[in-house]
Amino acid sequence: MKVLVPVKRVVDYNVKVRVKSDGTGVDIANVKMSMNPFDEIALEEAMRLKEAGKVAEVVAVSCGVTQAQETLRTGMAIGADRGILVETAVELEPLAVAKLLKAVAEKEQPQLIILGKQAIDDDSNQTGQMLAALLGWPQATFASKVVLEDGKVTVTREVDGGLETVALTLPAIVTTDLRLNEPRYVTLPNIMKAKKKPLDVTKPEDLGVDVTPRLKTLSVAEPAKRSAGIKVPDVATLVAKLRTEAKVI
Amino acid sequence: MTALVIAEHDNASLKGSTLNTVTAAAQCGGDVHVLVAGSNAGAAAAAAAQIAGVSKVIVADAAHFADGLAENVAEQVLAIAGAYSHILAPATAYGKNILPRVAAKLDVAQVSEITKVVSPDTFERPIYAGNAIATVQSSDKVKVITVRTTGFDAAAATGGSAATETAAAVADSGKSVFVGRELAKSDRPELTAAKVIVSGGRGMGSGEAFKILEPLADKLGAAMGASRAAVDAGFVPNDWQVGQTGKIVAPSLYIAVGISGAIQHLAGMKDSKVIVAVNKDPEAPIFSVADYGIVGDLFEVVPQLVAELG
Repeated sequence: MKVLVPVKRVVDYNVKVRVKSDGTGVDIANVKMSMNPFDEIALEEAMRLKEAGKVAEVVAVSCGVTQAQETLRTGMAIGADRGILVETAVELEPLAVAKLLKAVAEKEQPQLIILGKQAIDDDSNQTGQMLAALLGWPQATFASKVVLEDGKVTVTREVDGGLETVALTLPAIVTTDLRLNEPRYVTLPNIMKAKKKPLDVTKPEDLGVDVTPRLKTLSVAEPAKRSAGIKVPDVATLVAKLRTEAKVI
Repeated sequence: MTALVIAEHDNASLKGSTLNTVTAAAQCGGDVHVLVAGSNAGAAAAAAAQIAGVSKVIVADAAHFADGLAENVAEQVLAIAGAYSHILAPATAYGKNILPRVAAKLDVAQVSEITKVVSPDTFERPIYAGNAIATVQSSDKVKVITVRTTGFDAAAATGGSAATETAAAVADSGKSVFVGRELAKSDRPELTAAKVIVSGGRGMGSGEAFKILEPLADKLGAAMGASRAAVDAGFVPNDWQVGQTGKIVAPSLYIAVGISGAIQHLAGMKDSKVIVAVNKDPEAPIFSVADYGIVGDLFEVVPQLVAELG
């Protein structure tokens, strides 16, 4: 069985992004970029399925700029067997990514596609569900446990207030939540090995997909700043302030 | 111009998130209809008809809607989507699961987690975990939107008298089967719905030490959370995590104990109404966002706080 894992290159989660002064976006020049943390969890899960002998091949795929090749190399250092980059300089919306992934999936014929539940840059939380709809596949979003057997995948999902379990007929889509696993660290020997793994580059035109954005970003602004607070000398003062000034208790 | 709200419900009652979503839908400028797709969901539909500002409730009732499976609910939305200029759902686990399927099938770019309706085609939404606010305009014919519930007041649950109409239920997709549900047994509220949250960080020193926060959370009826550092150190489970890669929260009161205030944590809680920080390091970044800070040893301050709350 083949598993496809889409991975996105995003601003590293430890970086504090700055809004550009002209309000056109956030400044990502010379900022550390990494693999989206939820995608790392997706790849880790695919690797565990492979190591358990349930999956034969893990293919990492990314859509975006040339530098996303680095993200794919990281993916292959984690263990993916090969990488596919759909290269474009167009800023991709989740709908466009879902269409590109659909085209890749039709070529690769995976039985399972595992994605991060959302990317930490645009926070859309759409791509997996959109891809499932376009392929006509069932989906299990926000997974905290994945069991693959007998032609189906049983997934425990994190929902508001608890957990929910669904069983999906393959082929299917799974999107990952934080609790699913703890991704492994990438080791130097594996980084070296990853350099030799195959990485194919294709373009949206080759896949026959129109990636023109549908949404127009009119402006990007700093959120309202919190005014600096005060330090209180003791607990009694704190409780008094919470009761009479803030009125929250 | 008419907006359709996908009701979140458990068949017997509506979830509060539906009310916030109705408010956002009304701000889009036209009539508001509500779809209740459920199984024996008469009570939920009746509640939807009472919401102030709703002019019609559409009920699709079938056994395969009982558990809100995205494949089935999305198909039902698509079956009636043609009549609407806007389709909205709450940005909860329920709505986020369903709506992108609808958007993709309509060939529409969804606008996720809006916090403000600027005009019928323009919306504000936080990106980078709230570190920036984007104003986006949709050029699609139908606007498909999830609504961050903390961004909109709840519509009045009573006072309306909407007409109720039945829609033919779509067939079961048959590809996804609901197996079971295990709701958290804790007496504490959920992190994302809590009015008060007490969170601990690396400064707690151990998982055992989190017990010191329990009486405080009990007193305040609070949910308990943690920073990524505390989760990474193995003190508490991952689902307690508040932050950019964890849960985004905006309670009335957030009490950060032994949390230094890493960017990734601040991103998850800085929209809280009032923030209290307890930390022994007076230079900790958490104090720059806290309304009230106490510099001191948390193992002394927290018990004092419990005592003072009486």
